[in-house]
Amino acid sequence: MGEAAVRAGCRYYFGYPITPQNEVPEYMSGRLLQVGGTFVQAESELASINMVIGAAMAGARVMTSSSSPGVSLMQEGISYLAGLELPAVIANVVRGGPGLGNIAPAQSDYFQATRGGGHGDYRTIVLAPASCQELCDLTVKAFDLADKYRNPVMIMGDGMMGQMMEPVEFPEAIDLADLPAKDWTLTGAKGRPSRVILSLLLNPKVLEDHNFKLVRKYDAVTREETDWEEYMLEDARQVVVAYGTAARIAKGAIKRVREMGLKVGLLRPKTLWPFPDKPLKDLTRVVRQLLVFEMSAGQMVEDVRLAVEGQAQVHLYGRPGGVIPTPDEVAHQISHYYYQAGLMDKDQQSGRLGGAA
Amino acid sequence: MTNKMIFAGFGGQGVLLMGFLTALTAMRQGKNVTYLPAYGAEVRGGTANCTVVISDEEIASPVASNPDFVVVMNNPSLVRFANMIAPGGTLLINSSLVHGEIKRDDVTVVPVPLNELAHELGEDRSANVIMVGALAQATGVLTIEALKEALAETGLGKKPKVLELNRRALEVGAKSARQALAKEKSA
Repeated sequence: MGEAAVRAGCRYYFGYPITPQNEVPEYMSGRLLQVGGTFVQAESELASINMVIGAAMAGARVMTSSSSPGVSLMQEGISYLAGLELPAVIANVVRGGPGLGNIAPAQSDYFQATRGGGHGDYRTIVLAPASCQELCDLTVKAFDLADKYRNPVMIMGDGMMGQMMEPVEFPEAIDLADLPAKDWTLTGAKGRPSRVILSLLLNPKVLEDHNFKLVRKYDAVTREETDWEEYMLEDARQVVVAYGTAARIAKGAIKRVREMGLKVGLLRPKTLWPFPDKPLKDLTRVVRQLLVFEMSAGQMVEDVRLAVEGQAQVHLYGRPGGVIPTPDEVAHQISHYYYQAGLMDKDQQSGRLGGAA
Repeated sequence: MTNKMIFAGFGGQGVLLMGFLTALTAMRQGKNVTYLPAYGAEVRGGTANCTVVISDEEIASPVASNPDFVVVMNNPSLVRFANMIAPGGTLLINSSLVHGEIKRDDVTVVPVPLNELAHELGEDRSANVIMVGALAQATGVLTIEALKEALAETGLGKKPKVLELNRRALEVGAKSARQALAKEKSA
């Protein structure tokens, strides 16, 4: 993530240590010096996110990273970034909660990430990588999206993504001079009219206009940037919905149940906001059984239920607290609901009918 | 072909480094790999384990329900992981420290007296590298030559003297595993 950020043109990192993501600040503290950037270990998460606001205002590609309790502390600043329409990348390597929780991998910050954990009508774009390669690729994409929409982008990983190692192919480093110029930055008004960036808009009508402007932007993001992966959906009678680490485990489970003849596929949201509502709704034309698997007590399951508008049965297999279920455990859940829905009988029936014809 | 393996022992036995060396070597051989350390407040004497998956295909889950190979460096790890091995799998144990009963008759057990072998080699700390040599020999998942190449990329081979020692450690491990397997066959 650190190297990908540097190659994407990130030259400023402000953060405060917390497990399980300390490898990021550790790497950035050395790497940014090599490319003439700035690394500051701030005195707190509040300070970190406000330093991010400052660098973003000056036009820099800037990021911070933290884990759940630390990201909670940053929420005020993230709301300000959204209100001020400033591009920045925030990585949350999620750990078990609530409170201090533990340091094991979890996905229990889904609500916080996708609803915007701070105050006000706003959205953050939320990307959910499921491999080290994707962590690299989506970090680069996060900086591009942040600049394109002038909006904070959150990379939502988890402790497993934070600690796992896999081979990665890095993209070429971009040339900072090739980035589109920003005509709104606060860089000193010498020789040009002054600019103002603020989020205090006391006149309700003015603030309403600002809010509607943000809504139009969020609509554009939803239209243009919704992203997901489809895995073995062609003949699926039951579909698992999972993201990030949970999706990796689900794929292992699906391979296993496919060997037993169960027709199961996976839909993996790569953007958690905007959420892939439409592909899920489209699926319900042929699939009536969905199983949401997430490493939380059940958060994304609400978005899935909203997306399918009652057109499919949505089951939940949620494991909170930092537990990583094995592919076998997930396979057990898949087959449980598969048999319960009588899908196996239908397969056999259609097999018989096919034979008679 | 997909091989899943778990390395387990005390913190300080070089358990994570064993997994890292194995994964790195396989990556250099052009395989898909994942290396997943179990992390916690890991300290010397605490528990440590990691999961490595090596495959010719895209790796779905980096988590192993039923590993093909398990390396056990201490007794608590035997209790925790012995039952997970897939039938027909291989269990490598550090027989200097592990004395618990092994209740499986459907797996190949390879005892390697690591502490004694490392001591004979003149470097007690080489026990983990010896075990990786034994793993390669017993399972055929990697060659000793490939491991020797990859050593230089890890902290195990930065100094020429250390590199040479660890290369010999790999061979000691391979030899020990050969002997153990021959014994099991004749028994």
